[in-house]
Amino acid sequence: MKIKNLTKLVLATAVSLSFAAQAQATRDTIQIAGSSTVLPFSSIAAEEFGNSFAQFKTPVVGSGGSGGGLRQFCQGVGTNTIDIANSSRAIRPAELDSCKANGVTEVIEVKIGYDGIVFASRIDAGTFALQPVHVFLAQAAQVPQNGQMVANPYTRWSQIDKSLPDQAILLAIPGSNHGTREVYEEKVILDGCKTLPEVKAMPSADQNNFCLAMRTDGRVVEIAGDYTETLARLQAQKDAVGVFGLSFYESNRDRIKVATVSGIVPTIDNIIAGTYPVSRPLFFYVKGQHIGVIPGLQEYAEFHVSEATSGFGSPLEAAGLIPLADAERAEVLQTIRSKKSL
Amino acid sequence: MKTVQTSASSTYSASPVQQQVVRSLKKRHRQEKLFRFAGMTAVGISLLLVALLFINIFSKGLPAFWQHGIELEIHFDPAVVKISEQPVLQAGESPQAFEQRHLAWRSEVGMVNFNRLIQDALLKVIPDGAQHRRDLARIVTSGERFALRDRVIANPAIIGQTQKLFLLTDANIDVWLKGNIDRSLPDEKQQLSPKMREWVESLKAEGVIQNRFSWALFMNPDSRSSLASAGLAGAFMGSLYMMLIVILLAVPMGVAAAIYLEEFAPKNKFTDLVEVNINNLAAVPSIVFGLLGASIFIGWFNLPMSAPFVGGLVLSLMTLPTVIIATRSTLKAIPPSIRQAALGLGASKTQAVFHHVLPLAIPGILTGAIIGVAQALGESAPLLLIGMKSFVASVPSSAMEQSTALPVQIYLWQGNELRNFFEARTSAAIIVLLGLMLTLNGLAIWLRRRFEVRW
Repeated sequence: MKIKNLTKLVLATAVSLSFAAQAQATRDTIQIAGSSTVLPFSSIAAEEFGNSFAQFKTPVVGSGGSGGGLRQFCQGVGTNTIDIANSSRAIRPAELDSCKANGVTEVIEVKIGYDGIVFASRIDAGTFALQPVHVFLAQAAQVPQNGQMVANPYTRWSQIDKSLPDQAILLAIPGSNHGTREVYEEKVILDGCKTLPEVKAMPSADQNNFCLAMRTDGRVVEIAGDYTETLARLQAQKDAVGVFGLSFYESNRDRIKVATVSGIVPTIDNIIAGTYPVSRPLFFYVKGQHIGVIPGLQEYAEFHVSEATSGFGSPLEAAGLIPLADAERAEVLQTIRSKKSL
Repeated sequence: MKTVQTSASSTYSASPVQQQVVRSLKKRHRQEKLFRFAGMTAVGISLLLVALLFINIFSKGLPAFWQHGIELEIHFDPAVVKISEQPVLQAGESPQAFEQRHLAWRSEVGMVNFNRLIQDALLKVIPDGAQHRRDLARIVTSGERFALRDRVIANPAIIGQTQKLFLLTDANIDVWLKGNIDRSLPDEKQQLSPKMREWVESLKAEGVIQNRFSWALFMNPDSRSSLASAGLAGAFMGSLYMMLIVILLAVPMGVAAAIYLEEFAPKNKFTDLVEVNINNLAAVPSIVFGLLGASIFIGWFNLPMSAPFVGGLVLSLMTLPTVIIATRSTLKAIPPSIRQAALGLGASKTQAVFHHVLPLAIPGILTGAIIGVAQALGESAPLLLIGMKSFVASVPSSAMEQSTALPVQIYLWQGNELRNFFEARTSAAIIVLLGLMLTLNGLAIWLRRRFEVRW
């Protein structure tokens, strides 16, 4: 009796295993992964999509950073790979090459809107009015002094500039797996660094290496996780200044306050107007070969970009996405409809 | 020290050994006291830490089991809900064709602007709402319009009727009313506009907005577009599927392996090696099983990512050694006399094991299995690697559909950007998970007490 039951169980498991092997051939849920900045927007779009189209399932959205998402995206073609990679930066040529090498030949780039990157400190800490060069001087390994390059001597913001608070330097920046990091380096660090006459005098090939070298005495912390981790860092250390997405700041205005950059307050209006310097477009990449295989993939892409989902007054705008201009939106929609690959 | 020595030597002449004993006595007493004290301190500190943990989680999480909602008279206005007749299965129609027609009808219902119904109902309780449309639209959480849609789909006859419904308010209203945001902060630091705060306060005083038990927490899947309606149903089902797979795979396999190794296998170098490896396997960090699962089940077998089925397989691998070890120690504890008596009466080896030893071992095996399953229930690290940390906004209807699990849901909520609302929600999820674990462990203890035979 007992043995019979046992064999039955084993048989049942074997049967379910073989069913599983068959079931993998079809997948009817869109699978998305990537940037944690895009994740909230993508999740809202996915949920609205699932609720608006009775015939399609709600897409599943994972995180992992822009780099992690694109790596998964480029692993190959097939139902065990993701269909869409979210990214807070444009795909790099090397990533596109690795995609092509793995058979992912059709990569459709979809721009969804813009997002600002802000510097924020704790609500009970000092108020910052930053210039890009201040941030460079706070994080650099070496800084120019009296015509020579010396190891970074600054330990307090007020030593960099009298106008900054007298507060220990502690900078929490996104890790290299985040797309935000690239924008931060390009629009803040490099911009700030290259205003220095000593750097301008360097051969241009050496400039980037010099500017991006970071101090290693623990005053700059790279956060590999999402913005909650940066916020936790600020909560533990009063002096810390963190790098956040504008939409994250908007949800936590009672805990952190933003710094102005080059005198401009980061607001949606200032970013649309282009006066706030640190903003960037957000993207997602669709695997063209999965269109027609995974039901609803193209519909989802169009839905995401549609005026109703991500235009002014839409749920994504309410969540903090800065909408595309009408002409841009029309162009992106055209790209999706014609399946124009990169 | 001196006095002890003199008094001892004065009353009777002690041997050198006795003298030594007397001399060391005080030191030994001191050592014992010290050890008892150290032990008590250790117990005290660990109790304190556990108490701190529980107080922290419960003080944060318990309020999240109740959530603010607004009681509204929703009029399903036929002028707004303009839809065609619900299709009925006609004679001679194929089920597929009917399904198609029904799908089209559901899409049509989905196009109705249910927000309009909510806004009209809100205007009845907020007289000056019409001047502040944008604020008015933010009072009820956005997901509730789908609740209205589902009501119409379930029963189209309600069109034209007026129903008293309890709809969840926006997450930020709940945060404000529970005092989870500093109320003294200036307007630009607040999430709610001054007008909304004024409405919310007066509606709360009138009893229109009430703090009720949050069924949404248990009945809804996760949500990001409507944060107030985020719930644990999806993660719970995902965890349930995984537990079923663990019970179906790890328990029978583990028990069979243990019985063979303990009762039938010859004792030689090979079985020794197997035994050592099983013990080693039990000590392998769980994240390693996750990597293994990602490369073998997803990479080679092409199983889908984020599926509870794959999660169940990975957790089964992890639970297997626990079950084997627990079963073997239970079998070892059964006295040999049972086997010998059975064999002496002419039973075969298999009969002796399955008719006599195994029934006596069942309580112990069950205990081991339940503890293994409880361990698997709380595991999150391997699941992150097989894609189960994705945001899934639907309740999985089979083990092959994408899903998350309870511990991973905790991780996801911990990362949600609306900290004021989700700090409490996360703690509530932790309480639910702890409750499940305690129930499972309690069941294990009860089974052991109830059925265990002492020799």
